Amino acid sequence: MMGTEPPARDLVARAFTRHHLSWVDALPWLAIAAVWLVAGDYVPLGTQVIIMIIFALSLDLAVGYGGIDTLGHAALFGSGAYAAGLYALNVSSEPVTGLLAAGIAGAAVALVTGPLVLRTRGITQVMLTLAVSTVLLEIANAWKPVTGGADGLTGFRIAPVLGAFRFDLAGNTAYWYGAAVLAVTFFLCKGLVNSPFGLTIRGIRENPVRMRLLGVPVRHRLLMLYTISGFFAGWAGGLSAQVTKLVGLDTLEFVLSGNALVMLILGGTGSLYGAIVGATVFVVLSDRAAAINPFHWLFALGIVLILAVRYAPAGLVGLLRFRKVPR
Amino acid sequence: MSAEPPILEVPILEVRGVCKSFGALQVARDVSLALPAGARHALIGPNGAGKTTLVHLITGLLPPSSGAIRIGGRDVTRLAAERRVALGLARTFQISSLFPGLTVAENIGLAVAARTGVEIRPWGSLRRRAQVIDEAASMLEQLGLLALAGRAIASLAYGQRRLVEIALALALKPKILLLDEPAAGVASNDRGMLLDLLLSLPADLAILIIEHDMSLVFRLARRMTVLVDGGILTEGSVADVRADPRVRDVYLGSRHHA
Repeated sequence: MMGTEPPARDLVARAFTRHHLSWVDALPWLAIAAVWLVAGDYVPLGTQVIIMIIFALSLDLAVGYGGIDTLGHAALFGSGAYAAGLYALNVSSEPVTGLLAAGIAGAAVALVTGPLVLRTRGITQVMLTLAVSTVLLEIANAWKPVTGGADGLTGFRIAPVLGAFRFDLAGNTAYWYGAAVLAVTFFLCKGLVNSPFGLTIRGIRENPVRMRLLGVPVRHRLLMLYTISGFFAGWAGGLSAQVTKLVGLDTLEFVLSGNALVMLILGGTGSLYGAIVGATVFVVLSDRAAAINPFHWLFALGIVLILAVRYAPAGLVGLLRFRKVPR
Repeated sequence: MSAEPPILEVPILEVRGVCKSFGALQVARDVSLALPAGARHALIGPNGAGKTTLVHLITGLLPPSSGAIRIGGRDVTRLAAERRVALGLARTFQISSLFPGLTVAENIGLAVAARTGVEIRPWGSLRRRAQVIDEAASMLEQLGLLALAGRAIASLAYGQRRLVEIALALALKPKILLLDEPAAGVASNDRGMLLDLLLSLPADLAILIIEHDMSLVFRLARRMTVLVDGGILTEGSVADVRADPRVRDVYLGSRHHA
């Protein structure tokens, strides 16, 4: 083991692929700043984009990296949203701890439901994730004294961020607060996929049987990933609750799970950038299409999806080849 | 001391009375094997004799219908496959079972990371784990694959993948190595290198090898078990088994008549 020449070590070290920081990583932040500077009217929409990017990043960890088939990711988003709302109503209106509470709620739901969901794969797994989110939706609907039922949670107040930045009517504070949360999420996700655990997860997706025979408890590792993904989904939900001051049943609904999956596939799975591009295109397009034609806007979205599947099967990011995996 | 005293050791791997059936089909019938440390044991038999099934049973990918499997005296019959690895059991696959989208170095790095327990860390990078890099580098150097470290497995020639397949198992630093047809698919002029690698393995490693290339088996193995229709036909030293007329009939003979 000792006699290995340094060039050999360099060669081997460089053979471990990773997400590099490059000029591409500056683009989202430049875009965020540009929207604020030149298109102030779109700041509330920008905040929605940011929330969905965080949610799509969480989904990318589970689906794109872990190969977990889920159509119930809203269960984790909604749990975080309700947790943030309840925290603001009953514990404290301080936003950062509220966000952590939301993340912990999402992680806890993932940790508890994960053993059930991760027992299976494929269609069965999809059905189980769907079942989990439906059960949570029904609980939120029925448990009126706590969740407000169909009326949702309202009437909570969120204190200024870090005691200094008051949530303003124009949504500037919400926008920058969201951007900060996105930055933290993105760099944590990036660290995760570059880490030894990230490589383990890629190995599990490629060949779970061989991973077991390298001595790795595959299901435990997937549960760990699902819990981390649940944390980020939860705080995307918490962020949504804090900036809209409203938590409704729609945060747990199937439509949200489905939309997030569409965003991720549109952008491209397993690259993190796909979540950013996909969520941005999806949310902005939905908003613009609905503004132009409030009745048939889904039609435009459908066309874009068909074109994307036909001409960009690896997602929009796949077209641009941002992904640096040697083949 | 002129002669070493006889050591009454617990075999490092023991298979006792193992049976396995899928419905009416019996693929393992009362199979018993014992490998001491340092064993070089070949498992031969015609296609469909149940050799790979036996490896699945030993590694825990399949549960036996009855019988017991022990590693170092410990009963592991009900232990999950990944837990058996921690006790020193490693195997290779008949058809290469690697991580095709990952690089050669990443494949071996995964095995080293799994053995040393760093695979669970959600921070840092294997690039900066000196032990992982050193071990992967020296392993690749030994196999002559260093220049391919950054290539994805999917882009390698089949013979090169067979070497990585063995490297993955060796990176676990096992006490018991199960080799399922390591020479299958390797061009005959590359088999010399494979044999050199197998002959250079640590003397105290117990090896169970399934192989159809008899010249390779005879060079490596000291004992042999012949498996036919899921049951043991005979077991003994290589010379005894080669001389056994039943073996010639059933296995070696059948090749000549085929």
